[in-house]
Amino acid sequence: MALVTLLEGIRQALFEEMARDPAVVCIGEDIGVYGGAFKVTAGLLERFGWERVIDTPISETAIIGAACGMSYLGLRPVCELQFVDFIACCFNQLTNFVAKSYYLWGAPVPMVVRAPSGGGVHGGPFHSQNPEMYFAHTPGLKIVYPSTAYDAKGLMKSAIRDNNPVLFFEHKFLYRRIKDEIPGGDYTVPLGKAAVRREGRDVSIVTYAAMTHTSMDAAAELAKEGIEAEVLDLRTLMPLDKEAILASVKKTNRLLVVHEDTRFGGIAGEIAALVFERAFDDLDAPVRRVTALDTPVPYSPPLEERFLPQVKDVVTAARELARY
Amino acid sequence: METKTNPAVTREQQLDLYRFMLLNRTVEDTMTNLFRQNKIVGGLYSSLGQEAISVGTTYALEKRDWIAPMIRNIGGLLVKGVRPRDIFTQHMARYTSPTLGKDGTSHFGDLKNLHIVSPISMLGDLIPVMTGVAMAGRYLGQKIVALTWIGDGGTSTGAFHEGVNLAAQQRAALVLVIENNGWAYSTPVGRQVPIEHLADRAKAYGCRAFIEDGNDVEAMFTTAREAVRLCRAGEGPVIIEAKTMRMRGHAQHDPAEYVPKEMFEYWKRRDPIETYEKRLAAAGVLTDKKKAEILEGIRAVVQEDLAFAENSPFPPPELAESAIYCEGPLLVEPQWERPVAEVTPPRSSVKPEWRKAGRGEFQPDAVEGAGAVPRSGTAPAAPSPRVSGDGARRDGAKPAARAPSKRAAKSAPPVRGRK
Repeated sequence: MALVTLLEGIRQALFEEMARDPAVVCIGEDIGVYGGAFKVTAGLLERFGWERVIDTPISETAIIGAACGMSYLGLRPVCELQFVDFIACCFNQLTNFVAKSYYLWGAPVPMVVRAPSGGGVHGGPFHSQNPEMYFAHTPGLKIVYPSTAYDAKGLMKSAIRDNNPVLFFEHKFLYRRIKDEIPGGDYTVPLGKAAVRREGRDVSIVTYAAMTHTSMDAAAELAKEGIEAEVLDLRTLMPLDKEAILASVKKTNRLLVVHEDTRFGGIAGEIAALVFERAFDDLDAPVRRVTALDTPVPYSPPLEERFLPQVKDVVTAARELARY
Repeated sequence: METKTNPAVTREQQLDLYRFMLLNRTVEDTMTNLFRQNKIVGGLYSSLGQEAISVGTTYALEKRDWIAPMIRNIGGLLVKGVRPRDIFTQHMARYTSPTLGKDGTSHFGDLKNLHIVSPISMLGDLIPVMTGVAMAGRYLGQKIVALTWIGDGGTSTGAFHEGVNLAAQQRAALVLVIENNGWAYSTPVGRQVPIEHLADRAKAYGCRAFIEDGNDVEAMFTTAREAVRLCRAGEGPVIIEAKTMRMRGHAQHDPAEYVPKEMFEYWKRRDPIETYEKRLAAAGVLTDKKKAEILEGIRAVVQEDLAFAENSPFPPPELAESAIYCEGPLLVEPQWERPVAEVTPPRSSVKPEWRKAGRGEFQPDAVEGAGAVPRSGTAPAAPSPRVSGDGARRDGAKPAARAPSKRAAKSAPPVRGRK
């Protein structure tokens, strides 16, 4: 087994799916000869040609719209948004056209929207955001946000084969920092299934994407104090694996939700409500949240560090919960 | 602007065009009555006076081609093969409607059989979507044409710009009909844009355009036929600006008191159905007997479908919770009409070069010629777009020489709206 990065896992998935199914095409800005801003599509053009690796003008609305139209004829387009921050430019196409198509008139939209996302690389306010909850709030879309290379590859394959529009968030801080052993050959990771990254009995830390690693580091710290945290990586936000969340809470009786998204309207509030509605009697302590600040993502390193949840923040909150 | 070849319109085609316009108007008149009886659940948007555009342009398509209607394109739906009952049940929010009551008006489609993409209320969104339909059709080797419409108001949206630009860059087989009916809700076109002809914008996009009398159904048909021919030959996209007039308010609730009376009177005299009826009668194509036959045919289908709609139930409440995601197979699997081997390795493999013919090469002449040359917004010169190396012209072939500029409009209608 080879050790590959999260970025390479996604790239492998694109190569293998394009080779497997001629209905899969890629469309986006600078994805052809240049290979994409982060080089995720590097080499695709050479192998699959101009008709299947389509460079577009800077037109996010046109990229999403055209991909939707292509999907109506049975193609499976994979769009690249250069940074997920620019998803705001095609908000209408995604939320009004793509997301509602199947519900309203029965037209499935089997397309994937890939986008580098997240902070921690000093990208500033327009290259660091986590806008997943705008879309989790829109019925009809699926939302994937992997934390490992193995998952990224398997989830990308599932996303491409899914008959619904899938937003695939690729955390750019993890792109080259996370490496996994990935088996050769075809495998998929199902959408809508969370993964327990670490078993524990004292407190559940529910998280996803880059914060999975922050939470794992925190869990290691906590273990030194004798607190065994369970870390649940959601992997997919829509559909949300509610059963996995409830099962973990029933086991530990304490819930901490950690996300890099801003606090107000983040998925932590939704998960807290789920647990209050369905597992209130299992709780031994109030639900806690560790999230980014309710501000834009600031640029300067000390400001961004303050903005993003840190290991120490997770440790403190989990410790307080465990001792509640 | 472009010139067009103009093969004769056959007698049969003429009667079809007349019949579809009449069907369009009868269906809408029927719905106006339903609206007054409070049987239309939401709004009702009239295409009164614009029937020639929907009918004439859609009539130029083949069965395999795709359309995406806007709110005033019921005529296009009827020509494509939609039954009036679908339009009635949609407006009446019944369970038997194509969307089962989940959406209204002309917001429905048919991927599998009729090749219709449903619109949404946001203007301009269909242009990139139908560009994608055309791109997919080309990729699959289907030689289809995608046609959609936009109002004068919708041409000011960002989606319009992104869509037309992508279509032109891709040389997509897209026919875009701009229905210039003079009004965007209450705002006259002269207060939306500082230009007289919306089709003039085609020059900036590097695509072809025609300006046509939107109240002349044969003109709409033959111009669309030429646009479709160009698109099928790989010379798309083509814009057709149809000059017409919205003869009602934005919707039924709007009495359109902002429209000058003489404007309505002028366009009333140019009613597309009445003028065509006179023309066909004078030419001996439409006899009294034929007309009676057509009217009876329309009356019968409309009555039958109206009864069907009125007897249809509303949807069960629990339907609201159904079908957020597609859990089953796709309705449409890709229909390949070219060898798949052409788009799979090894044949799909290319050298990733920047300097491909027409694709990003350095052109010193373009820089030196730039100077301080004034660019008139009304310059009539024909477009000479750079051709991208991808998509339709993978071989880097040069585009065919452009036809000399000549406006195709027969008689430019007078300026509408207050400037």
